[in-house]
Amino acid sequence: MDSRGYYNGFGGAFIPEILVSTFEELSKAFQEVKNDPGFWQEYKEIMSSYSCRPTPLTFAGNLTRHFGGARIYIKREDLNHTGAHKANNVMGQGLLVQRMGKKRVIAETGAGQHGVATATMAARFGFECTIYMGEVDVARQRPNVFWMERLGAKVVAVKDGTRILKDAINEAFRDWVTNMDTTHYVLGTACGPHPFPEMVTYFQSIIGKEARKQILSLEGKLPARVYACVGGGSNAMGIFSGFMDDPVELVGVEAGGKGLDSGRHASRLCSKDASIGVAQGYKTYFLQDSDGQMKETHSIAAGLDYVGVSPILSHLKETGRVRFEAATDKEVVEALSLTIRKEGLIPALESSHAFARAYQEAPCLSQQDIIIINQSGRGDKDIFTIADAFSDPGWKEFIIQKAEEYNA
Amino acid sequence: MLESCIRKKRQEKEILLMTHIVIGYPSFEDSFQIVKEMVEAGVDLMELQIPFSEPIADGPVILKANQKSLANGSTVQHCVDFAKQVVRSFDIPFLFMTYYNILFKYGIRSFASMMSDIGLHGVIVPDLPPEEGEEYLQAMGEKNLAPIFIFTPNTSDERMKKIAACGNGFIYCVARKGVTGSETTFTSEFHDYLERCRNATTLPLALGFGVKDKADVDFLTGKVDIAVIGSETIRLVDQKGVEAVGDFVRGLR
Ligand SMILES: Cc1ncc(COP(=O)(O)O)c(C=O)c1O
Repeated sequence: MDSRGYYNGFGGAFIPEILVSTFEELSKAFQEVKNDPGFWQEYKEIMSSYSCRPTPLTFAGNLTRHFGGARIYIKREDLNHTGAHKANNVMGQGLLVQRMGKKRVIAETGAGQHGVATATMAARFGFECTIYMGEVDVARQRPNVFWMERLGAKVVAVKDGTRILKDAINEAFRDWVTNMDTTHYVLGTACGPHPFPEMVTYFQSIIGKEARKQILSLEGKLPARVYACVGGGSNAMGIFSGFMDDPVELVGVEAGGKGLDSGRHASRLCSKDASIGVAQGYKTYFLQDSDGQMKETHSIAAGLDYVGVSPILSHLKETGRVRFEAATDKEVVEALSLTIRKEGLIPALESSHAFARAYQEAPCLSQQDIIIINQSGRGDKDIFTIADAFSDPGWKEFIIQKAEEYNA
Repeated sequence: MLESCIRKKRQEKEILLMTHIVIGYPSFEDSFQIVKEMVEAGVDLMELQIPFSEPIADGPVILKANQKSLANGSTVQHCVDFAKQVVRSFDIPFLFMTYYNILFKYGIRSFASMMSDIGLHGVIVPDLPPEEGEEYLQAMGEKNLAPIFIFTPNTSDERMKKIAACGNGFIYCVARKGVTGSETTFTSEFHDYLERCRNATTLPLALGFGVKDKADVDFLTGKVDIAVIGSETIRLVDQKGVEAVGDFVRGLR
């Protein structure tokens, strides 16, 4: 990476002039904490006392026997406070905001996970907080909106564009170009202008650092493969960074939606529908048309439903260091169902993409091999979406009854 | 050359007016009619915005116009054809305004050649800081086109000088923080800012963001070379129709 955040031509900082000095300030603050050995210690401490770090690495004995191939381990990011890896990034940036002396934070959110995480961080640190969320996502993730509001955040439903994650990012930028003096934008994934991809990866690298140490102490050897789902790429970069210099195959799993040939997916690194472009402040693979207009995306998982992807992952795709695959909505629901039944674990729909791919590959590996799946978040709080995905009749009846109660 | 063209016009007028449209909003026919009204009312130069799906530097009014134009099926080729027709029909300098991805996907060099072939004078790309613009600057330079760069109240003196060295034609000074389309109050801080802009470059200065009526234009006269009216004419078209544009522009100065 060079000083403008380029990874082999991907990345950069394509920002309006009004934000240039804000980014300079942020880059400087981030460099300072990176060079301050006390900072990582402070970060680790807050993550262990406020969240649940180190998160366990769980051996999935039943699934291992079921597939009869590689030994399956699951990195439990679902056990973080607020139920996803998003807590790592948010608490890291929160500490940085404290150092910069800003009093207000804003964030975009897709699934609502990053919004809830940011709202908890803001409550804890005493920051004012506004969350931008596409109107479509507000509708499909209502429980998260409830929690954000309870936590004191203002939730703004974005009605422009496709009304999902990318539109929420645009709106957050519009807020930031007005309020940069008081406000920090807590970007939720390893995307956007430099230094965000590097900074978010840095905070999320705690996942990979722990996982590597844990597998070596449990098994005395490295895994053959590590699987992570890829939305913007933060949980994937987090776990991959622990194994980057090891002979470990890294597999990123994107949202295959209704299938890569259907045009209804969010797969930027393993479909033909994406090409290199510059939007939202950085250069990467985008799902766009030949004019450069962004396309509509689709995924059963709101958190993966995004047109761009981390410039670091685009770089790692081109070098071949990471292999990218897609899992369809249908495969994801099946993998989720199996995980619940066999292990009593409830991964988020986003995370279930990584499980789906790992389950296809596990039987082909030997019993001496190990694989790690990153369970980036928990699914039980996505009960509305998951109940819909299973088309659960009892749940539907309950909701109808509940609605009647409210109507009474 | 855009700069000499501006200087020449400035000898006749105390302040120049630059207006803006989003191509294809509300429709291509209306866009053409708006340009006609504006030119006949005495506008000195115009920005033609090629719509983009992610216009992060634009506020709600221009954002919606971008979306509506794209929803109507506008393509970059339509916009290029439109610009060609406009340049042929009216005798003032026209500029493109758009986001970097549109140039990037078109091919930076091809974009510059196309602009030069059509007879456009320059382009404003709000998400392209000069540091990211090496190829762009070269391509614009080769075709004698003006890459318009931006000063803001947050830009340091040192950086203004650096930006001015890359710019050509004029410098677009953003009046305040925020996006296009909301109101600007011109305070004493604003005077200091304009003075900083003036000291940083010999290029003509344009000022935009929140300029909406005669009072604003009067205030800017003698302080900058060009007043930029952006969102206000879109608002006007939305509320009163295309025909209202001419009188509005005539009333500005
Ligand atoms: C549980 C979970 N996993 C994964 C993601 C995707 O983001 P990323 O690719 O940055 O990890 C999200 C995003 O909201 C999420 O909530």
